[in-house]
Amino acid sequence: MEDVRISLTVNGHPHTHDVEPRLLLVEYLREILGLTGTKVACDTSSCGSCTVQVEGESVKSCTMLAAQADGADITTIEGLAAAGTYHPVQAAFHEHHALQCGFCTAGMVMAVVSLLEANPNPSEHDVRHGLEGNLCRCTGYHNIVEAVLAAAESR
Amino acid sequence: MIPAPFEYVRVDSVDAALTALVEHGDDAKLLAGGQSLLPLMKLRLATPEVLVDVGRLRELSYVRDGGNHVAIGALTRHRDLELDELVASECPALAAVTAEVGDRQVRHRGTLGGAVAHGDPASDLPAAIVALDAELVVDGPRGRRVVVAADFFAGFLETALEPDELLTEIRVPKTGRAGFGYEKFHRRAQDWAVVAALAARDAGGAIRVALVNMGGTPIRAHAVEAALADGASLHDAAALAADGTDPPGDLEASPDFRAHLARVLVRRALEAA
Repeated sequence: MEDVRISLTVNGHPHTHDVEPRLLLVEYLREILGLTGTKVACDTSSCGSCTVQVEGESVKSCTMLAAQADGADITTIEGLAAAGTYHPVQAAFHEHHALQCGFCTAGMVMAVVSLLEANPNPSEHDVRHGLEGNLCRCTGYHNIVEAVLAAAESR
Repeated sequence: MIPAPFEYVRVDSVDAALTALVEHGDDAKLLAGGQSLLPLMKLRLATPEVLVDVGRLRELSYVRDGGNHVAIGALTRHRDLELDELVASECPALAAVTAEVGDRQVRHRGTLGGAVAHGDPASDLPAAIVALDAELVVDGPRGRRVVVAADFFAGFLETALEPDELLTEIRVPKTGRAGFGYEKFHRRAQDWAVVAALAARDAGGAIRVALVNMGGTPIRAHAVEAALADGASLHDAAALAADGTDPPGDLEASPDFRAHLARVLVRRALEAA
């Protein structure tokens, strides 16, 4: 099958590659660009670990082809804040101990940033409903919700 | 998990999409938001030879006032429907059901036309358009035709669409502030419904009821509707919710449990409507 040429921006940097049509966006980010902060867990679009932002909106990158991202502006966890600094959502996760094993965290943070863009003053219900696409198998939801509310407060 | 190899064709107009479908015939599958199709392809339950990506047809992403109905372009994303003011005021049941589809990330990519054309009886929106008596505009090499929602779903993941046709618009009758209730039972917040029920009044006040995952297609609960029309109480009418259905049995629920859920969920949906 013929490769597809894609040109896209990831964390502010332009990239152009010829990719197999069946290459998933998450594999493009991890295997070709080496951005392994984005995780693959369930690989069935259930868990949200692979959440990145496409044009500022949260998307499960295991359920999108790299070819579909041609021309898009993508942000991964690596692009959220300058090296050595935290995005306010990352700072709130740190402050409120909103992670245990940490495997879901990158996807969780990317989903939260997108959620707060759309709804800067969420209720606890809004946060829980807004994050239903992200699973934490340590079941550390309580502190995650606390962190999101604190991050919203601090904005 | 990686899909089987396929050829990728991106089109930038409805005409180009139809040309590609004619060219590739049965080997081709349309890709809209991909939130149902890509998971199936990753599991190799779907192995199309050619994927025709219609995801960028901006001309099919719109919500317009059609007089007695709201006309929705097939490639309008769930998220855009959730936020649309015309849908909120004229088709509030559709807005509410759309907000229950999958999760936020899925709603950022998934489209109404994609969900409807996929024809999954366990999915929210096919049942919603059946309950709301929507009309579906289908374009193809033989011209345009309009199919009523009740005739659109032919079987499990099977619709009235021919391989060379494209669903372009969904026309949802306006209901204004008429009452509705959507009750969805699922194991986890983002899951498909084990069973769900939508009860929605039309602009004249008559109630229609549709069931999710109670058979091979989204179905109307005709026995419930008939009982209500004959003056039965909501409670008595809801007791008929599983009549004439053929619910599947799987790891999540037996057919008997699904029938029980249908009766309970229909009663709650009727109470809300």
